[in-house]
Amino acid sequence: MRYIAAKTADEAAGLLVDEPGLARILAGGTDLLVQLKSGLVEPDLVVDIKNIPGIRDVTPENGGFRIGAAVSAAELGEHKGVLALWPGVVEGVELIGSTQVQGRATMVGNLCNGSPAGDAVPGLVAANATVRITGPGGSRDCPVLDIPAGPGKTTLAKGEIITSVFLPARPENASDAYLRFIPRTEMDIGVASAGVSLELAADGAISAARVALGAVAPKVLLVADAATAIVGSKLEDGALAALAKACEAACNPIDDKRGTIEFRTRTAGVLARRAALIAYQRAGGSK
Amino acid sequence: MPLDTPKRKFKVVGTRPPRPDGLDKVTGRALYGADMTAPGMLTGRILRSPHAHARIKSIDTSAAEALAGVRAVITAADLPVLEDDFIRDIQDNCMARGKALYDGHAVAAVAATDAATARKALKLIKVDYEILPHVTDVDAAMKPGAPVVQKGRTLENVPAGMSENVTSHCEFGHGDLPSGFAKADKIIERSFRTAATHQGYIEPHACLASFTSDGKADLWCCTQGQFFVRTLCAQMMGMEASQLRVTSSEIGGGFGGKTTVFIEPVALALSRKSGRPVKIVMTRDEVFKATGPTVSSSMDIRIGMTRNGRITAGEAHLRYSGGAFPNATIEMGGQAAFAAYDLGAVRTFGWNILTNRPKEAAYRAPGAPMAIYAVESVVDELCQELGLDPLKVRLLNAARKGTKSSYGPTFDDIGLVATLEAATRHPHYTAPLGPNQGRGLSCGFWFNFGGNTCVSLNVNTDGTVGVTEGNPDIGGSRASISLMAAEELGIPYEKVRTFVADTASLGYNDVTDGSRVTFAVGLATIKAARAAIRNMCARAAKIWGIDEEAVEWIDGAACPAGPNAGKFPPMTLAEIAAVSAETGGPIAGHHEVNADGAGVSFGVHLVDVEVDPETGATKVLRYTVFQDAGKAVHPDYVEGQMQGGAVQGIGWALNEEYIYGDDGRLQNAGFLDYRVPVASDLPPIETVILEIPNPGHPYGVRGVGETPIVPPLAAIANAVSRAVGVRMTELPMSPPRLLKALLSKG
Repeated sequence: MRYIAAKTADEAAGLLVDEPGLARILAGGTDLLVQLKSGLVEPDLVVDIKNIPGIRDVTPENGGFRIGAAVSAAELGEHKGVLALWPGVVEGVELIGSTQVQGRATMVGNLCNGSPAGDAVPGLVAANATVRITGPGGSRDCPVLDIPAGPGKTTLAKGEIITSVFLPARPENASDAYLRFIPRTEMDIGVASAGVSLELAADGAISAARVALGAVAPKVLLVADAATAIVGSKLEDGALAALAKACEAACNPIDDKRGTIEFRTRTAGVLARRAALIAYQRAGGSK
Repeated sequence: MPLDTPKRKFKVVGTRPPRPDGLDKVTGRALYGADMTAPGMLTGRILRSPHAHARIKSIDTSAAEALAGVRAVITAADLPVLEDDFIRDIQDNCMARGKALYDGHAVAAVAATDAATARKALKLIKVDYEILPHVTDVDAAMKPGAPVVQKGRTLENVPAGMSENVTSHCEFGHGDLPSGFAKADKIIERSFRTAATHQGYIEPHACLASFTSDGKADLWCCTQGQFFVRTLCAQMMGMEASQLRVTSSEIGGGFGGKTTVFIEPVALALSRKSGRPVKIVMTRDEVFKATGPTVSSSMDIRIGMTRNGRITAGEAHLRYSGGAFPNATIEMGGQAAFAAYDLGAVRTFGWNILTNRPKEAAYRAPGAPMAIYAVESVVDELCQELGLDPLKVRLLNAARKGTKSSYGPTFDDIGLVATLEAATRHPHYTAPLGPNQGRGLSCGFWFNFGGNTCVSLNVNTDGTVGVTEGNPDIGGSRASISLMAAEELGIPYEKVRTFVADTASLGYNDVTDGSRVTFAVGLATIKAARAAIRNMCARAAKIWGIDEEAVEWIDGAACPAGPNAGKFPPMTLAEIAAVSAETGGPIAGHHEVNADGAGVSFGVHLVDVEVDPETGATKVLRYTVFQDAGKAVHPDYVEGQMQGGAVQGIGWALNEEYIYGDDGRLQNAGFLDYRVPVASDLPPIETVILEIPNPGHPYGVRGVGETPIVPPLAAIANAVSRAVGVRMTELPMSPPRLLKALLSKG
């Protein structure tokens, strides 16, 4: 196994595209190192992207923030600007792993690991975040929603790496929230999860919404019907029930050691409802 | 050895000094199993069956042997065929012979110059398997026609016509059940199931074995019993016990799971074959797949009660599976099930059943938690149905001194009534509950054990004392033993240091199990101290020129016994020790015993929970443990045992389980999906120690390590059942299972 610390994104992309064997990207390493130790993967090449200039920076951009791919969860959690603008995204990222893991783990790593249960992902999808990709063909931007392709898989082409995430600006009276269900209270993997982003009109009614679900399908779901169910409402009981129902209808989970189809489906609706209430309150709505 | 006096005033025993091993453990200096190294050491790794049940048609190790860096490859063919069933089962579990009996069963092992080479070599070993039908569920395995895990293991007491997987039957109790049930106003009959759970110790098994060319060997390992390891390994290696020295390391948790061998014979065989020291360290995956979880169970309970709460009859049918090998855990379940109650008619029937799962190892109070969970659940439901206070009902039926126990013996002084009364008085029992909350309680019981014990106590010439004992310290026993030696000798705790000896340095000591160490090693330490005291009194008598009988030991010094003995200033231990060379040489005390009189221990757990009605998630809000410790030698450790048992029980009740797929493979061999509780899952666990002296120990000590894991399963199940309004009869009560129950309630 060769280890190379790339100096630029182009160099990293070049190394990856030229590698005939198995290549892996190293940022935080909190997934990769575990896989290496357990013998799950035996890569021929590991490309460390942490030394690429700017990749560990959080930069204001057009009223939003560009977050480098190697910014750790702990660094993001301490960034007052991002926390104020997108608290739901940050709370998702801060649920990844333990305190120690938080010091290394990144939200881009969480996204590229391809787990349907990745805690960073529903919040990013609800936020309509985009990622910037460097590859053999140059640079492109892509919605986060379009990155996961299924368990352990992404839509990234060989040689492509994500260098940053962009969280857009948002109007006043807008906020978001993320909740996951785990059998324990921490150090666990989501059995179902929900990220909800809301914008409120002057009268407190919801003017725009995005609802994303995790761990209930092969990849993260953006549930348009769930958003429709609450737009125009002030999260009255009927709207909340319709939101939960739309979420349940969108679920396509599996029965496995972590939860049953029935459990995941019911819980996704419950979490979406509860997350919507939190986001609504954060956005300045009152019930 | 009887209690000295029930009114003894202790000076040192009962205090809470810092643990002697604490600093090394928190600074990383303590040497655990994987910390041992030797020059020229090789890395050993084990190839394991990916199949739940398969005949091993052939194993071709030639390609692995040819790999550069590989120094030895072994299979079962490198180990002797043993006559004795008990030890042959342990060896066959370490290395499969003929058949792989569960997912993860060892089939071959290599020793290589480094881990990467060893891993590569494992891939080069070709095992030709004939895959056989498997069975992992206890009830399925009991049915006639189920795949047979091992043939010819059924004992004569099993009726004909049952599956060959049923290996033994046992029966306990007394009185006439039909007439007992006839007296009942209410009878409840329920079936229960519990999942296999793992002890979850942090430290994976690790050992270093070194054979010399003249047939002697050293083994360093993480174990709860170095002497038992020696007994097993010497027989498997065909060597005399004296030629194998086993040294135990510090231990990162055992809870019963390190009372046998898994990798030690493999490392010894690899070392003998390669001529080099060989170290094996298990991965977490191997720990889950190939060490010993506890039994899984399926149980039917029937209890009758009068309308004022008296239990008229109790009947239990218990079916346990401890994996692919026969075991006797069912007998402990059968004996413990109704132990808390004074009953006129009681009967338990037990069955052990083979399944394609790893061989069970002990786990704190083996066999008792599940049986008592089932019994205490039915008692709770009877209380609900009859509108009775569950603590009052338990007090009404509680076993006490003179009660003929449900398993035979008549109880001497026991602390069950005192613990129940303490729970009744505690503010926890009457604190208000909120919506979706429930309160549960359960009694717990464990037999406790004494056993073979050998202790040497050496008085150093500088006035300090070393105690050498033979039981690995898994719960603070070095501190407790030092406290008892200091108490007896009349010197400060800081002047005593206790060491765990290797197998060459003392007579045979039974394993650290059965909650025996503070009781039995403590007893032997007190006796050894008394022997040293007699010796020191004799030295003082010699110096003073008076009769030995005219000297007594008071507050750490020899004194003339009464005015007739003569007038001499007291000689302290340090003063006598300093001149020992002139009075007859070194001063020591020894004691060897096969201790009995361990004294049973009872506890009561009280717990409040809140269940999220929309997700089935259970939060443990408040937890109080009441337990009779006889005499708490070091109360911190007694409380630690009580809290630790409660925590492991919370995990068992709510989330922990061995999950098998349809392919018979273990689905959750890691701490991500085998969910032990984390700190944030737990409330503060309050402890109330009761001290009802054990008549069989000079200070009144009872073992405390196992009783605390017995009540939590039922206490939590009773709390959850009351919170949700549905009787929960299967563990773990994981959120999907609980939500399903809530939804079916409507």
